[in-house]
Amino acid sequence: MSAERGSPVRADGEERLLTGWGRTAPTRARVESPTVPAEVAAILGRPPIRGAIARGLGRSYGDAAQNAGGTVISMRALSAPADLDPVTGRVRVGAGTSLGELIAAVLPQGWYPAVVPGTQYVTIGGAIASDVHGKNHHRDGSFCDHVHAIELAVPSGARLALTPDGPNADAFWATAGGMGLTGVTLSAELQLRPVASARMRVDTTRTRDLEESMGVLREADATAQYTVAWVDLLARGGALGRGVVTAGAHAGADEIAAVGDGVDVPPNRRIASVPGVPGRSGVLHPTAMRLFNELYFRRAPSDSHRGLEPIWGYFFPLDVIGDWNRLYGRAGMLQHQFVIPDAATARLIPMVERLVATGVPVYLAVLKRLRDGRGPIAFPLLGWTLALDIPAGAPGLAAALDRLDDEVADCGGRVYLAKDARLRPDLVATMYPRLPEWRAVRDRLDPGAVMRSDLDRRLSLVASPPRT
Amino acid sequence: MRDALGRVQSVLLVGGSSEIGLAILRRLPRADAAVVCLAGPDRPEMERVAEALRAEGVGRVEIVDFDACDLGDQTAVVDAAFTDEPDVVIVATGYLGDQATAEQDPAAAARIVDINFRGLVPVLMGSVQRLRAQGHGTLVVMSTVAGERPRVANYVYGAAKAGLDALTRGLTASLAGSGVTVVIVRPGFVRTRMTTHLKPAPFATTPDKVAEAVAAAIPRGSRIIWVPGVLRWVMLVLRHLPESLFRRLPG
Repeated sequence: MSAERGSPVRADGEERLLTGWGRTAPTRARVESPTVPAEVAAILGRPPIRGAIARGLGRSYGDAAQNAGGTVISMRALSAPADLDPVTGRVRVGAGTSLGELIAAVLPQGWYPAVVPGTQYVTIGGAIASDVHGKNHHRDGSFCDHVHAIELAVPSGARLALTPDGPNADAFWATAGGMGLTGVTLSAELQLRPVASARMRVDTTRTRDLEESMGVLREADATAQYTVAWVDLLARGGALGRGVVTAGAHAGADEIAAVGDGVDVPPNRRIASVPGVPGRSGVLHPTAMRLFNELYFRRAPSDSHRGLEPIWGYFFPLDVIGDWNRLYGRAGMLQHQFVIPDAATARLIPMVERLVATGVPVYLAVLKRLRDGRGPIAFPLLGWTLALDIPAGAPGLAAALDRLDDEVADCGGRVYLAKDARLRPDLVATMYPRLPEWRAVRDRLDPGAVMRSDLDRRLSLVASPPRT
Repeated sequence: MRDALGRVQSVLLVGGSSEIGLAILRRLPRADAAVVCLAGPDRPEMERVAEALRAEGVGRVEIVDFDACDLGDQTAVVDAAFTDEPDVVIVATGYLGDQATAEQDPAAAARIVDINFRGLVPVLMGSVQRLRAQGHGTLVVMSTVAGERPRVANYVYGAAKAGLDALTRGLTASLAGSGVTVVIVRPGFVRTRMTTHLKPAPFATTPDKVAEAVAAAIPRGSRIIWVPGVLRWVMLVLRHLPESLFRRLPG
């Protein structure tokens, strides 16, 4: 099977097999690649059989940008060059532009996106649809908290200008994190932040166990703009959840004087690309990953340490390895991310211990604090979020994650839809209690239910599930 | 929609009271509120099966009357059975018949071919048309090693299954790149109601073993599987034996 796995789609009006970045559950769709906004309206207006969904760079881990038997609109060609106001830092940018392209255009002029996720290979449209968050969520919120306006094409043929506090605010916030199901974002106007350099001042602290990782992270949040904890869930016994907490800030002009470079630095080049890996389970194995984690842990200084890091490497460490998802082999991988509210803080460690006790190998785990989100199906909550990279072929994975979901739902938490590939549909309404409110706005924007995706079908997001 | 871990939300079983079909159905990883559609000729039996499935946690069970002997318009069956967009379609209708009777009564021979092949053609073609349109799904078709080389003991049955197998292989090829995959299952002797009156052949297996093999095969894309797996190599040899030798083999 020649799946176009987790990469941008190219050809025009072509039938293709698509997956998300996790390379699981391929489905076939007709891929259209419009080059002007009018073509998007034409595609939506047909209307397409089995609906349509926009796709950017295919970095959603699950099936959010797939539409089995229907149309997938590849947005990459709608990437008008960034139109930056160098005084205010407001920039208008095409939905198909990637964050990396935007950064390359604005960083030399002393500006940086207010929020970036862990990869530069995300389009503006995708960042809005998933309302992505980054290391500064505890302080600055999500991507859409810094969006002045969204230009949205809806299936009726209208092109709406949505603003976060204007007359269309409900449509704006249904689109922010709306998984592309309210329409197709054509362009957006973003607020950038001024930066004096292309370097980050980073404080690194090594932690002994999960409890200490949480404590250090919480402390760092009080003073640092960017924080994250890499935690080791392959470590055994008392070391479970030991980690490396990094706290970062944009370095000032004075700090980089010694280094000698300004804002005009080229993006990181890929140092390697992963070829197709034979076999279903790829080249990653628990023992090798345990060793990797040990080395990563040991690499961090045992005493707190301050250093200057290049901005690209700080925010996008994995981007230097092309197609790293192939390391997981044909069976693919999941990135499972959930959040639990502060009120349930005491439950996090037992939850993680129970998950690890099932034997499910968590190769990579990232802990982060979030603040409350704004949209009706926004993921963030004031509390703790944990993102777990797990091989999809791991035995017992379905039951282990189902149990975790039950606990997460029970304490008022939720699973991140942008990364989901396997949530039980019956839990969506519990985890997202404002789903009916979102559906009402969505139905107004797209009464014919033209916007559809595999994620939507799997979880019955657009239509309420049929009752028996 | 099937999820990343292969859990199905909707399954269509053609041969709604088939022991092997039900064993496969029960082996599939299943979402909680999954829907199952049973299509077959024996409504009372399917009602009993439906009740059991509901007790096992299946969200909803639909029953559609389907008789492979009824060679009229079978597309209505496909229409009814596809209302819930199946992730997996299992075609497990099978009828061994009686070889001796078939040799005396041409109508009995035709009946074996009707149920095992002719009556399934519109269902298969219609199902594939819909699976292709929905852009995802897996078709599981119960073939048999008996179709690989006709034997004196059951060559009418074998011929019908050979037709089904050939048609399905053609469909598999036509579905490349469609998002739909096909698993053709060629078991040896399976101990079921259909075979209780027979002496088990070498490499005899059970519906559970067949189901286990099918469940393992589905995530791996289109393929032909033999159950037990060693039959693949046994049949490779048997297909090439001289007729004089083949005829004398026991079992």
